[in-house]
Amino acid sequence: MQNELLQYTLRLGDNALILGQRLAEWCGHGPILEQDIALSNIALDQLGQARMLMQYAAELKGGESTEDKMAFFRDVTEYNNLLLLELENGDWGKTIARQFLFDTYNYFLYTELLNSKDDQIRAVAQKAIKEITYHAQWSAEWVIRLGDGTEESHERIQNAINDLWEWTGEMFAMDAIDEAMLEAGIGADLNKIKADWHEKASMILDMATLEKPEADWFQSGGKQGEHTEYLGFLLAEMQHLPRMYPEASW
Amino acid sequence: MVLSENQIWQWLEDVSDPEIPVLSVVDLGVVRHVDINHDHPIVTITPTYSGCPAMNEIEENIRKKLKEEGLETIEVKTILSPAWTTDWMTEKGKHKLQEFGIAPPEGSSADKSVLFGKAKQVTCPKCKSTNTAMISQFGSTACKSLYKCEDCKEPFDYFKCI
Repeated sequence: MQNELLQYTLRLGDNALILGQRLAEWCGHGPILEQDIALSNIALDQLGQARMLMQYAAELKGGESTEDKMAFFRDVTEYNNLLLLELENGDWGKTIARQFLFDTYNYFLYTELLNSKDDQIRAVAQKAIKEITYHAQWSAEWVIRLGDGTEESHERIQNAINDLWEWTGEMFAMDAIDEAMLEAGIGADLNKIKADWHEKASMILDMATLEKPEADWFQSGGKQGEHTEYLGFLLAEMQHLPRMYPEASW
Repeated sequence: MVLSENQIWQWLEDVSDPEIPVLSVVDLGVVRHVDINHDHPIVTITPTYSGCPAMNEIEENIRKKLKEEGLETIEVKTILSPAWTTDWMTEKGKHKLQEFGIAPPEGSSADKSVLFGKAKQVTCPKCKSTNTAMISQFGSTACKSLYKCEDCKEPFDYFKCI
């Protein structure tokens, strides 16, 4: 059970860290100052959530483990984030689409985790849900603004939603670890979240005058450590300094 | 002098938030407990936001202040639960924010809706007009959003409710 809890915690932490790292790439490149700041704020929240989860993971793992070792000294195949989150940012539409698809999922997931029987997961959820609620509002509003905006913004966000759709199925796929955590009252029921997510996604896409894609085949593997080529490049940038200078400090 | 918890709370009033120096860590509500019933005093703090970059500095500043007051050995503990809320900000703190030019959190944190929560009506800290509009939910720090006043035309920070 300890090992399942460790893996479950790392999946949550890796989602937060990898998305935070991706969003940080926008810092200084946002389309307007306010939105540059918004994305940097969201990235910072994700990083903060990642730290809380990795501190817990390090504690569960024990020994010499620390949050920094978790973040900087695990390789691609040891990362358990959703594939959706490691994809390149693309244009503003693609970044917004990914954020919307994930924030909506994350909102329902953390709402469930508020009732987790694990004290630390519950405490992180109580903290994180306040931040995730703001993220979910922001990205949904942007989907509507772009979808119901100009011809070009409509086309770009629709293309982004279409392209990213095949990466969403993984969010709801329960594997042995998810089942064990659900059984123990620690983790969330992803089938329930799937229903909530579809309802909310349909509502927002409808308001945005966008088509909801119909796909029945989905990419998977991230949660089990099988990743796209993009994650390696992301980790190389994120990890190179502590790996070159392991004792580096501020 | 006999050390009391009240005395420590008073000293902590002198420790300011690094990002909003007009507020003390007590005004902000990040100090949750002070406990002297151990070998050494324990001060328990909680972060405002998960990624708040000021937490380490707040901890250091608390240690420094209490050392200056003669407490060599203290422990600073960080807890996550219950999660920090703007409801814990003191009235004095809200007043100080207002004077500093930051609109304090309005009302309780409980009324936040999932999507399209209506932007709160916020009073301009400069001219006190309520004819204001949100520019962005996300502002210069994690805890603030950006507003503008339609009357005096000044942009200002609003300390958002969580």
